[in-house]
Formats: sequence, structure tokens, C-alpha cells
Amino acid sequence: MPPFAVRAWSATTALGRGVQAQHAALLERRSGLRPNDFGPDNADGVPLPCWIGRVDGLEDAPLPAQFARWECRNNRLAWLALQQDGMLDAVRDAVDRLGAERVALVIGTSTSSIGASEEAYRDLQPDADGTPAFPPELARPIVHTVHSLGDFVQQVSGARGPCITVATACSSSAKVFAQAARLIEAGVVDAALVGGVDTLCGSVLYGFNSLQLVSAQPCRPFDADRDGLSLGEAGGFALLERVPADNRSLRLLGYGESSDAHHMSSPHPQGLGALQAMNEALARAGIAPEDVDYLNLHGTSTPANDRIEAAAVASLFPARLHASSTKGWTGHTLGAAGIVEAVFCLIALQHGTLPGILNSATPDPACGPQIRFDNAQASIQVAMTNSFGFGGNNASLVFGVSA
Amino acid sequence: MSALVATIEGVGFWATGLPGWDSARDFVRDGRLPEAPPARPSPQLLAPNERRRAPGTVAVALEVALAACEAAGRDPASLPSVFASTHGELAITDYMCATLADQPETISPTRFHNSVHNAAAGYWSIGTGATAATTAISAYQATFAQGLLEALVQLATGVPAVLLVAYDGSSVGPLAKISPSAGLLGGALVLSRSERAGAMRLAATLADGEAPAAAGPLAARDPGNAMAPMLGLFDALASGDRHTTLSAGAGRILQLSLHEPSLHEPSLQETGAQRRG
Repeated sequence: MPPFAVRAWSATTALGRGVQAQHAALLERRSGLRPNDFGPDNADGVPLPCWIGRVDGLEDAPLPAQFARWECRNNRLAWLALQQDGMLDAVRDAVDRLGAERVALVIGTSTSSIGASEEAYRDLQPDADGTPAFPPELARPIVHTVHSLGDFVQQVSGARGPCITVATACSSSAKVFAQAARLIEAGVVDAALVGGVDTLCGSVLYGFNSLQLVSAQPCRPFDADRDGLSLGEAGGFALLERVPADNRSLRLLGYGESSDAHHMSSPHPQGLGALQAMNEALARAGIAPEDVDYLNLHGTSTPANDRIEAAAVASLFPARLHASSTKGWTGHTLGAAGIVEAVFCLIALQHGTLPGILNSATPDPACGPQIRFDNAQASIQVAMTNSFGFGGNNASLVFGVSA
Repeated sequence: MSALVATIEGVGFWATGLPGWDSARDFVRDGRLPEAPPARPSPQLLAPNERRRAPGTVAVALEVALAACEAAGRDPASLPSVFASTHGELAITDYMCATLADQPETISPTRFHNSVHNAAAGYWSIGTGATAATTAISAYQATFAQGLLEALVQLATGVPAVLLVAYDGSSVGPLAKISPSAGLLGGALVLSRSERAGAMRLAATLADGEAPAAAGPLAARDPGNAMAPMLGLFDALASGDRHTTLSAGAGRILQLSLHEPSLHEPSLQETGAQRRG
């Protein structure tokens, strides 16, 4: 495939707002995780006992009045994330330069604004016919559907190209890069805003808890004693365009997508789907495994996921690869994980900051030499990220610096 | 943009009361309805116990996907796929929200993993052994048009054939007043790059405008399902109409035209096969 320019990019996580906040926390090895203070409360009257990556200030940041119809925690985070690093200006500039109908919006999420639906169910009121109904302030259909996020971003950006919400669980905001690249390559548009937003909500906290995948401690990816994940929330965006002749920007070089065809919530035991996604991404980028300098792993910190991903990485890459999971910094941000970790790859390419792993102390013998607990500093050419989701849905992305 | 094109190799369809593409075509052509249609599909890809437990949206999606592959003569495991649904499984959303409001720690792990928007895509890949890329999208009223666009764009950027599956189910509980959707409805297309004798070609172009309300027999019969906007195309395919327009969202439309392949003169053998068919 042709390379695509990444003209602007940003992420907002528990580490703070925008790229600089992410970069500083990666350098300082400062985690954004905290003891869970997000509802709903359990039978003991307290939030689920675990650690979370929560974005500060969302409660005090309502949407501007003209977007009140889209008001909810998830769209608030989308709005906050679009304000950082000139993202909104960048997409509006693309609309001005290229034409509104030549800019697509491809946005990923896992649960979109289901938190608002949960809120409505906690406050049901009898309707005129006596049956339970949403309270009037939440009776806004657009916030109770998956496309709430894509629709909101369309409203604020002014772009009129194809507008899609991709919802493939935790691979969502990695797959948006692939779909956007295809839309540009096929000539349907000239640019695409990609990204993803997922916010904490009862569905994911208690849902992952029901699968016994949530750790009571801060997550410890690839540690021999890891016992589950920490959930987080995040939003991030990137603007993709064709590479002009004189462009020196960072680039999307390749993508790979695959299915495990194995189980709804357990990875393929031999990591076949993960390997297929990584191999396809490398093939599209036209590079060999030896060419990759940094790999941001999916690395959720559950016993099975990490063991299988480490084995797949060890079978594909040489020992020199620096591979790490950054979930200890942000928590697992689900449908936003792809864009957040793509931004970490872009930070690695721009600043040479290769994150290690937080909280982990005891290497699991299952992990190969590629898995690095310590940060490193190195000038690199190619960075890659993996995102794997429920349903056995896998995506890998390859980014590079311009030649 | 120049038009995106594809051959429609196979069609799958299932609506409450019209359990298959043949019965849908009969209904469009002469108003005939099947007697005692099943209340929900029984997708043979799932093991019997899973077939009973599977959410309605998963059942209808798998049913139409398999039917489209069989009609196309394509091995399902060989195809990448695009799954398009406006709301996903609303009955599970209702369950999750009601349980969280009451006893959050009692959430069922199976219902939780079935709550993801890509549940049908996941069961499809597991049931068929398809390891190719699959995606799951929503674009509210424009969901079908955007799913079709992604399938066509996949063809334009290199895949030889792709499976498009669109579906929505019934809303229940308090959510039914906010996200109304009635019955089960699913449609699937196997689309390919190459021409094939006897198979229609589809050309799609994005433009400004508002799509007219779909008026064909299928659209008129099943307006209450959230995937009803797809019925304009299925009505056109069943009736032989050559043009239809789908809403692509926010003042944009996807204009579709259908035509017989022009390049390919049917060989004697194919003509014979058509006569026998």
C-alpha cells in the first residue's frame, strides 16, 4: 500500500491531556492508575475494588451548548481530546483545503456512550402509559446508540465524507486506520480523521469482572504473577492524508487485520490470529520483522493474553526488538487502546522514547527477550502496535519516519 | 469520485415472516407469503445448544451470511467480511443496563461478551473458520450504506471478494421507546471484483442529497426495523429495478445502479446451465 501522512495526532488519557502529557508520564514512568472511584457501587456499597485509569475533569467539562444533544461522558471525552494538539483545527483545515466531502471520519469505540443508557436505567420514571421510561434529560436517542461518537465528531468537525463508527471491541481504534487508508486509496476521500474514545462505565467494569479478568491491583503486564487487567478510559485522534512530495511527516506504513476464528473471549492458543495480523501489517508496509524497532503490545496483563502474545512475538521477531505494554500507564482503554498506543508509537518515532512496562518486576519465563520492563532511548525508524479484541478480532499497525 | 463497482455473486435475506431470499422475491413479484414461517432463523453454523441461546441478531446475521455464500458458491472461510448493524443486540443492552442498575455483580459473563458490537462477526468467524479480516460498524440511519461502501472499498483496494452482512433486531424494555426497532431483519451480499455471467453488477457513487423514502414491497412491509434502510436495494434486486438510492448520512446519499455484465458473452456451456436452471 502507499504510505499515508499522519498530519496531526493526539491522545488524552489518565496521564493527562495531549501528547506532551503522555510523553512526560512515559519518560517519568508515572502511572495514571488509581484505586477505583467510579461507580456503580457493588453490593457492599463501594465501587468495584480494582484500579482504573480515569480522565480527570470530565465531570466539570460539559459540551458547548450547541452540542447539548450529544451530551454524555463519552462525547465529553471526545470533545476534550479534540481540543488538544490542534486536532480540531487540523481537521477543519483539511475540510477547508480539500473540501468537506473529501474528508472522512472513521472513529472506533467499544461501548460508545452506553454509560448514558446505564444512567437512564438507574433513573427510570413512569411514562404517561405507566411503563418505565428514560428521564427527559436522557431521552435523546443519539446518545443511546453505537454511532453516537461518530455522529458527534461529524457535528463538530464539519467534514461531510463517509462517517463511520467502528466497533470491534478492543481492536476498534486500530482498525479505523485500515478503513481510512482504504477510503483514501480507493479515491473516495483525500483525508480522514481517525481515532477512538471509550469511557469507564458499569458495563465494562462489571463485565470484565464477571469474566474474572480484572486485577485487584494495578495491572502488571508480562509479570510472572500478573492476575488481570486494569480498565481505563481515553480518547485520541489522528489525521491521515496522502503523502505530498515534500512531506516530512510521520507515516502510516501498513496495517494488518485478522480473525482468530477460535473463541469469543479467549485468544487462539497458538496466537495464529495475532501472527496473521502482524505478518499482514509487515507485508503491507513492505518491511521485514528485523526492520521493526519498537512494538507496542496489546499486553492486557491477563495470564493467557500475555503468554500467547509473547510467544507470537518471540516466534516472529529477533531478540533486538524492544516490545512493551503500556497498559500500566493508562489501563486498558478498550476501544480507545488502538489510537492511544498508535500515539505512543508516534512519540517513540518522534522523540526516541521507547516505553518499558510499569509495575512488573518478575519476568515470566514464557516471555521472550523482546519484552522489556525498562524504558529505552533510541532514534528509531519503525514502530508497530498490536490491538486484539473480543470476537477474536485483531489489528496491527506499522508507523515510520519519512525517508 | 468515480463509481465503485462490484458483482453481486450471492444474496442472503431473512425477515420476520419472510424466511429467505426466495420467499422475499416471491413476495415482491406476486405478494405471496409463506405459510407458518419460523419465528427466528436457525443458523446451522452454531452447535444446537448455542443455536438456541444465541441472540436474535447473531442468529439472523449468521443465517443470511451463510445463505449469501451458498448462493455465490463461495467457501465462507475464504472471505473477509463487513458486519453492519445500527444498534447491535438491544435485548442485551437492556439486560446489561437493568442488571447494572440493580445488582451489578450478577452480570452474566456470556451476555457480557455477547454485548460487543462485533458478536455476530465473532461467531461467524468461529463457526466458519474464517481467519480473514472482519469488521463491525454502525452509522445510525446510514449504517447499511456505510457498510456497503466499506465492502466496495475493500474490493477497490485489492480483495477479490467480500461478504457484507447487515442486520438489526427488536428493542425491548425502556430502550424500546428510545431506539425503536421491531422484528428481525438481515441481508447479506457476496460481492466480488470480477464479472460473472448471469450475476448483476452494482455501481455506487456518493453525492449530496436526501434519499427518498423507500417504497418497494419489502420496505413497505418491514419499516419498523432499524435496518429497514437497506430494503431499497433488496427491493430493487428482487423486482429488477435498475436504480436505487440509500441515505449515506448528513445530507449525503449513495446512488446505486444495477446492470447485467457487459463484457462477458455467455459461453454455450453457461447458456446451457442457465436453461437447465
